[in-house]
Amino acid sequence: MELFAALDTVLLSRLQFALTIMFHYLFPPLTIGLGVVLVYLGLRYVMTGDRLFRDAQKFWTKIYALNFAMGVSTGIVMEFEFGTNWSVYSEFVGDVFGSALAAEGIFAFFLESGFLAVLVFGWDRVGPKMHLFSTMMVSLGSIFSAVWIVAANSWQQTPAGHHIVPVYRRGEPWVVDGELMMRAEITDFWAMVFNPTTVIRLTHTLTGAFIVGGSLVASVGAWYLLKNRHIEFARRSLNGGLIVMTIGAFTAAATGHLQAKITYAYQPAKMAAYEGHFETGPGHLTVFGIPDVKNETVRYDLSIPRAYSFLLKEDLNAEIVGLDRFAPEDRPPIWIPFVTYRVMVGIGTYLIVLSIVAVVFRLRNKLYTHRPLLFLFVITVFLSLIANHGGWVACEVGRQPWIVHPPLQWTGGEPGVGDVVVDETGVVQYDETQGLRTTDAVSKAISGEQVLGSLIGFGLIYGLLFIVWITVLHQKIQKGPDISEDADTSSASVEDLLDISSSRVSHSKHMIEPNGGSGA
Amino acid sequence: MIAMTSWFTAESLPFVWFTLIGCLLTGYLILDGFDLGVGVLHLIVPKDETERRLSVNSIGPLWDGNEVWLVTFGGALFAMFPYAYATAFPAFYTAFILLLFALIFRAVSMEFRGKMHSKLGRRMWDVGFGIGSLLAAFLFGVAGGNVVSGLELNERGDYTGSLMDQLSPYPLTCGLLIVLLFTLHGAIFLYMKLTGDYQQRIANAAKVSWVLFAIVYGIVTIWTLASVPRATENFADVPALWLIPAFNVAMVGLTGWMVWQRFAFAAFLCNAGSIASMVILLAAALFPNLINATDPAMNLRIVDAASSTRTLTIGLIVVGIGLPFVLIYTTIIYWTFRGKTRLESHSY
Repeated sequence: MELFAALDTVLLSRLQFALTIMFHYLFPPLTIGLGVVLVYLGLRYVMTGDRLFRDAQKFWTKIYALNFAMGVSTGIVMEFEFGTNWSVYSEFVGDVFGSALAAEGIFAFFLESGFLAVLVFGWDRVGPKMHLFSTMMVSLGSIFSAVWIVAANSWQQTPAGHHIVPVYRRGEPWVVDGELMMRAEITDFWAMVFNPTTVIRLTHTLTGAFIVGGSLVASVGAWYLLKNRHIEFARRSLNGGLIVMTIGAFTAAATGHLQAKITYAYQPAKMAAYEGHFETGPGHLTVFGIPDVKNETVRYDLSIPRAYSFLLKEDLNAEIVGLDRFAPEDRPPIWIPFVTYRVMVGIGTYLIVLSIVAVVFRLRNKLYTHRPLLFLFVITVFLSLIANHGGWVACEVGRQPWIVHPPLQWTGGEPGVGDVVVDETGVVQYDETQGLRTTDAVSKAISGEQVLGSLIGFGLIYGLLFIVWITVLHQKIQKGPDISEDADTSSASVEDLLDISSSRVSHSKHMIEPNGGSGA
Repeated sequence: MIAMTSWFTAESLPFVWFTLIGCLLTGYLILDGFDLGVGVLHLIVPKDETERRLSVNSIGPLWDGNEVWLVTFGGALFAMFPYAYATAFPAFYTAFILLLFALIFRAVSMEFRGKMHSKLGRRMWDVGFGIGSLLAAFLFGVAGGNVVSGLELNERGDYTGSLMDQLSPYPLTCGLLIVLLFTLHGAIFLYMKLTGDYQQRIANAAKVSWVLFAIVYGIVTIWTLASVPRATENFADVPALWLIPAFNVAMVGLTGWMVWQRFAFAAFLCNAGSIASMVILLAAALFPNLINATDPAMNLRIVDAASSTRTLTIGLIVVGIGLPFVLIYTTIIYWTFRGKTRLESHSY
């Protein structure tokens, strides 16, 4: 027992949250991205009657359902952990953060989980238009979900629309052990939802999800082309995936750039950690380097002089706030944000190059036969997922040591203008009452022993799930789509239209059938 | 913010929300109750692969939407009663982590079992589905039993008891009660979804579950009256509250009668009524507290656990806009998948 008493509940809870949210975060980008693909395929089928769209939709729906089940069951864990492991945090933010979470439940989860049933199991029970409607609702639900959860997360980064007030118990201010208990309360709901970073972070996050969806479709298409199977299906998949990836890669770069600027304005310490920018002054853009935290420098630094200043301020000589403006206990860890940020930006750059090259090959009609390029597309889906994770990890670790980031002042009067306001020792003095440190946020009623136990449990279960998930995914892709006999026609023929109308008739017949007419 | 009717005042809002989260909990227990019960029965009743698939597919399109009621209940508790959420969740740390494992396992078991090529692989996920469902039902009961009998809390609202304190005989019996209640609920649901010989065996399972449930129900009732004085304090003050347990007993009895008469849908409604009245009983026993502490001075009162008036109001608007939609598409989904379960090419 004494061994366990020494276990740090904060560190273990952070590890557990990191493990569970990173595992969970494999699935939302996949389902959000694939959801849009399903809507597109359903729409094209209803418009053209081309059966290949229907077959493709059925194939992707199976993959979608698998990812969705994983996403739902690993997502509940997050909601529970806010309470089980981070109860002081929950008390502090519940009045603000909870509203967004409850809205996510009512507006998003019911929508997606309800209509998912029709999407996955309803092929023979509803007509194509109702099926398309359900697909749209599922896709919309998953995007709503992203809206609310990104809004809630953004509030932790750049809080707004609230004030910090004492808590009342039995009509009196609540004091425990001489400490007055405080919490954040909403003053303006929309200012909370649309806090300074919500819109830009949401756009960037959704773009990342669309890239993952596009890469998955392109990857499977490229793989079939390499194996010389389902050629027509594979070509259309690669084509469609490529379009999404190309648009996505450029949008991600643009939104990422805007996000970097706004991050600098509200969380300059985080931005400095991304860039390994220790000393306030002109900023260089480090392409490669190894941050040396102890000596406050970047070793083996390969950088573009002053490019960082230019990117943030459009001015080569602009002074950029560095980590030296922050007391050691207020600095984020450097290594993880520095590396993960580079992974994201690196993969993003790779995606842009790959897209341009692929589009050129496509225009010259050489894409479908270029094996090395096809191979790159097969593996790119993993890189896209890694880029999503890299960005998320950089963003969350870069927020440390805060779980709710307190505001800071700038000499220019508005965020990001001039220099940060510092005290006589030359460092920023945060108003501690306006934020919450991660170390203070953990539940007091839990023991290190308990958290170690649950961490091991999650590790084992998620390890098992990951293996089974990959295996089943592989099987489904290996099996491929069931292509209808008449599916290789590229546009709707009279026969196709007859097919659809006859299937509608049989559907409506089915609707008036007495219940249980075809029981097992 | 909005023109509030005289019902929704700063003083009444916490109690409005106390009622609403009670409704969310009731909705969850009635809906996920039957699919957890189908999971428990999965361990015993089905004899071959077709029957197992019929069981799993009877809830296939529904379980996910049902579980959202739990997610929304949790979200609403977090948003509207953050202090209750922050007290209960760490207090039940081990129980809730196990609950998560159970819910994860049963969810992915349904998805994965059909994709296994070997009989052994399929059986493994079958057991995962059954045990996960059983454990989840049991843990809900254990947590409920502890909330009724009171938690050891300090001034800060932190739990100071141990895990073993939560595993005393009373909550464990409550756990058993909920397992049997859900098994009965699942059997009634399956009866509506099945045909033939399998349906006959489920009918027998429903009878057995009802008898076992009624016995444990009697035990828990006597136990609560005899040795959990906190649970009946309000009843002594307001005798009219005794109508609730009376209604509850009537519903349990009616459910049994309907099961023997094979009026499956009526039995389902009666059992739903029985579940709903149990939640109302729980609420009546707790009021005006949200969480009972062993030391009454540490009780967490509804008004003290609540969020600000503004947040409670925003929540009410969110529910007001969202809930009609939720009810509409829940109805659409249950209507689309009404009737007997069929195995189709897209089934699990």
